[in-house]
Amino acid sequence: MGQRYLIVGMGAASIAAAEAIRGRDPGGEILLVSEEEDGYYSRPGLAYFLSGEVPERMLFPFAEGDFDRLRLRRLHARVDSLQLRSHEVALEDGRRLPYDRLLLATGSLAVHVGLPGVDLDGVVKLDDVGDARRILKRCRRGRTAVVVGGGITALELVEGLRARKVHTHYFLRGDRYWGNVLDETESKIVEHRLQEEGVQIHYHTEMAEVLGKRGRVAGVLTQDGRRIDCDLVGIAIGVRPRMEPAEGAGLATERGILVDEHLQTSAPDVFAAGDVAQVFDPFSGKSVLDTLWGVAVAQGRVAGRNMTGQSEAYHKSVPFNVTRLAGLTTTIIGTVGRGRDEDVRGIARGDSETWRQLPNSFAAQDVSDVNRLRLLVGEQKLLGALVMGDQTLSRPLYELVAHQADITPIREHLLHPSARLGDLVAGFWAEWRERHEAA
Amino acid sequence: MSRPRARKLPDARHEVLAAGWVVPEPVRCVQCGICSFSCPIDIDVRRHAWLGEPVKDRHCLTCGECVARCPRGVLRFARSDLFERGG
Repeated sequence: MGQRYLIVGMGAASIAAAEAIRGRDPGGEILLVSEEEDGYYSRPGLAYFLSGEVPERMLFPFAEGDFDRLRLRRLHARVDSLQLRSHEVALEDGRRLPYDRLLLATGSLAVHVGLPGVDLDGVVKLDDVGDARRILKRCRRGRTAVVVGGGITALELVEGLRARKVHTHYFLRGDRYWGNVLDETESKIVEHRLQEEGVQIHYHTEMAEVLGKRGRVAGVLTQDGRRIDCDLVGIAIGVRPRMEPAEGAGLATERGILVDEHLQTSAPDVFAAGDVAQVFDPFSGKSVLDTLWGVAVAQGRVAGRNMTGQSEAYHKSVPFNVTRLAGLTTTIIGTVGRGRDEDVRGIARGDSETWRQLPNSFAAQDVSDVNRLRLLVGEQKLLGALVMGDQTLSRPLYELVAHQADITPIREHLLHPSARLGDLVAGFWAEWRERHEAA
Repeated sequence: MSRPRARKLPDARHEVLAAGWVVPEPVRCVQCGICSFSCPIDIDVRRHAWLGEPVKDRHCLTCGECVARCPRGVLRFARSDLFERGG
C-alpha cells in the first residue's frame, strides 16, 4: 500500500503541496479535506471579481481534469480534531481519516468584530468567494456602504464597491491609510485617488454600532455619535490563522502553528504551510506570519516534498507582493515600514510581518506625480523597496534586495537629497546583472 | 483607380510577432485568471504563469491583451532565444 497523504485545506499551499507530492510519489494516496464548498480558487482574485474585471468562473485555476490528472481525491468536510497518536483526523460527522503524513494548510479567517449589530444582514467580510457573491448581490447603483479596516482587503472592498457605483464611506481610526507599511506621502497618494473616485474618507473615526431595521443593515453609529445611513457594512480589520484543530491537539503554536525549517510542526509527520504557519525568518531572526499567495505556494511545495521523505529546508525569500492600491500598481519588497496599523488587528491579507521589522537604514525617495519609488538603504545593501505606479524598476529592485547586492558604489548617491533614484538603480542593476550572470 | 495600399502593422507589434513571446514572472502571479480570460484564442496563459513557462503556444498572436490586463505585472514580452541566437 502506498503512503497516505492527507491535506487539510484547499488553498494555494495545499494545491502546491499536492502537486509536489505527486511529482515525487506516483503511487501515494492524496486526499484534500476542506470545509470550503467552492474548492480551490484564487483568493486574491476576489478583488478583481468584485471590481468586474474577471467573471467568477475564471477564478478557478483547476478544472476537474487537473484533479484527475494528479489523482487528487477531495472531500468536503469539517475537521473536528487531530488524533496524533493514532495518526488520524476526526471529522465532525464522526468519520476518521488515517494518514501517514499530514499537512495543515487551513489558512486564515477574518477577525470578528465584537460590536452590536455586526450579525445583521448586510454586514460583510471578504474571506471567500461566497462573501464576494453576497457583496455583489447587494451592490446596486445608488446604494451606500461603510467600510472599516485597513490593509489590502479593506481597499479591495472600497474599490470593488465603487466600481459597482455604490456610495462608499471609508473609516480610518487614525490620520492615514496603512500607516505601518506606507509612508505618509504614499498614504496620501492612495487617499487622494480614492477621494477622486468619490470615496468619502472619515479620519479618526471608529464604528461603535451597526444599526438595523427588520434584521437588515440600516446605518452605522460612530464612536463620536454620528450616524451614517447605509445598506452595507464591509469589515476588514485583519485575519487570524485558523489553528483550532492544531491547538486542540497540543501542537506548538504562537500567532500561528510553529514549524521548523522543514515546515514540520512539533508533532511527527505533521507539517504546516501557508497563512497558518509561523515560520522562522533568517532575515529578521524571528518566526513570522505571511499571508501572501506566493509564500503559500513556495511553502506548500517544500512541505509536499518533505512529506514524501525529502529533507529540504524552506528558505524564506524576501517578502514580496504586488497589489493595486486605488488603481496604482504597487510592489512591496523586503522591509519597508514599522510600527503597527491602528486599522488592523494582527495581520491583514496580502501582508508580511517582515515588512514591518524596524530596519537599521535610511530612506531614499523619489516622487513624481503618482509614481513613487522608496528605498530602504542599509549599510551595504538594500533592505527593502516600495514601487508605486510605474513598475519598470520593480523586478530589478526585487533582484537587488533578494540577492543582497552590495550597493556600496551607489549608496552615497542614493542618499543624496536630489538623487535621481530611478536612473541610479537602473544603471546599477544593469551592471550588477552582467556581473551576477557572469559569475 | 487607387493603388492598393500595403498592409501596415504597427512596428512594435510587428517586431513582437516576429521574434518574441510572452514570459511570466511567477512570483507576482496569484492565478486570478484575468490573462486567460483576456486571451482571444483561449490559451490558458495562467497555467503558463503557474509553471513559470513562456507562452510558446504556436497559436499565440502576441496581441498583448494578457500583458496589458494583468493587474500585477506578471507578464512581459521577451525576445525568444531562437532569434537571439541570430537564427
